[in-house]
Amino acid sequence: MKKHVWRPLYVVLGLIGCILVFRMFYIPDDFGTHDRGYTFGYHRLSNEQEWKEYPAKYKGTEYCKDCHSEKVESVAGSQHAMISCENCHGAAFGHPEEPAKLTIDRSRDLCIRCHSALYMPTSGRNDIPGIDPAQHNVDSECSECHNPHNPSLEDM
Amino acid sequence: MKRRDFMKNTAMFVAGASVSLSALELIDPQEVLAANPELRWGFLVDTHKCVGCGLCVKACKIENDIPLEANVTRTWVERYVIKKDGEVVMDSPKGALNGYTSKLLDQNKSGMREVADKDIAQAFFVPKLCNHCETPVCVQVCPVGATYQTADGAVLVDRKWCIGCGYCIMGCPYGVRFFHPIEHVADKCTFCYHRISNGGNTACAQACPFGARKIGNLRDPNDPVAKTVMGQRVGVLRDEYGTKPQVFYIGLNKEVH
Repeated sequence: MKKHVWRPLYVVLGLIGCILVFRMFYIPDDFGTHDRGYTFGYHRLSNEQEWKEYPAKYKGTEYCKDCHSEKVESVAGSQHAMISCENCHGAAFGHPEEPAKLTIDRSRDLCIRCHSALYMPTSGRNDIPGIDPAQHNVDSECSECHNPHNPSLEDM
Repeated sequence: MKRRDFMKNTAMFVAGASVSLSALELIDPQEVLAANPELRWGFLVDTHKCVGCGLCVKACKIENDIPLEANVTRTWVERYVIKKDGEVVMDSPKGALNGYTSKLLDQNKSGMREVADKDIAQAFFVPKLCNHCETPVCVQVCPVGATYQTADGAVLVDRKWCIGCGYCIMGCPYGVRFFHPIEHVADKCTFCYHRISNGGNTACAQACPFGARKIGNLRDPNDPVAKTVMGQRVGVLRDEYGTKPQVFYIGLNKEVH
């Protein structure tokens, strides 16, 4: 057969070669079939480690306790004991270095997440003391009357 | 061939053929271990305990750098109001980022709707998150191997590898995947893989004041989550899809999908 018939074949072979060489450099060594097999585990293994190293923003009450033990203990005896500090005080990421002070959420919007009265007969919401936010001291912040660390109405 | 030999040979052939090839295969202990690892993350949601405060949604968004204002979220809470006449009204405004503070139910383009207390037979909240399925549809459809499952069951997305084709978002029967508005890749709940792998709790479970959300190791018989999943009546979402979800619900209604 004549040369010009074969020429396109060389071009195609060359292209395939180029793609294979590119693939060799582009795809990392740890990319392949891992624990969950080809269907569910075909991936770059080092990505698992990358996810494990993602920085955590919420530190937990135990972290707060290291410095603010008296505050943590005072809440522990109240009806709000099960609310984690960071839900109102903000995520402790970087604190106490940067930021030195956390921004406290004292808004009504935060309190009425639980304390806006809704009729929810088959949920725990019904057991929480609730108010109608459109009626109950509309212009005040809740914390002006209620102490969030000791919300007992008897101690008001 | 004698009659006796024929019988002998036949018996030998049948006996030989009945031993299947797989029975002769040597079992690799490592393969067995990989199929039954000592750690398999699972999640337990108690719908009786959820009060719809949405603190889990807020914590999740902050923890995982999902923009608060964008209408996408890795976890959300749904409100179900079942009327005495059987009608189901549900909503989940902004995924309950700001909790449920009003009796008005957000019905999208048909506006807000109020259901009178006297008409309500049941009303409750259902938190939703990625089910980290045993056979995840979203992983199977990924054309580039960007999403995968780890040995301990977490379904993750490789942000460097994702090409943003959106197959996984379409494939997930639970609608838990979305496009990350800043990273421009598919995003989903990771079970807070960075926290649980380092001995912590998930951000949503830590933020929940009522213990409605719990993560645990389903392979550990002494784990509180494993104990409940084994010893109590729990349900999963959309079992009929065959995805084998690993998020278990206490108090699941047929109205919840």
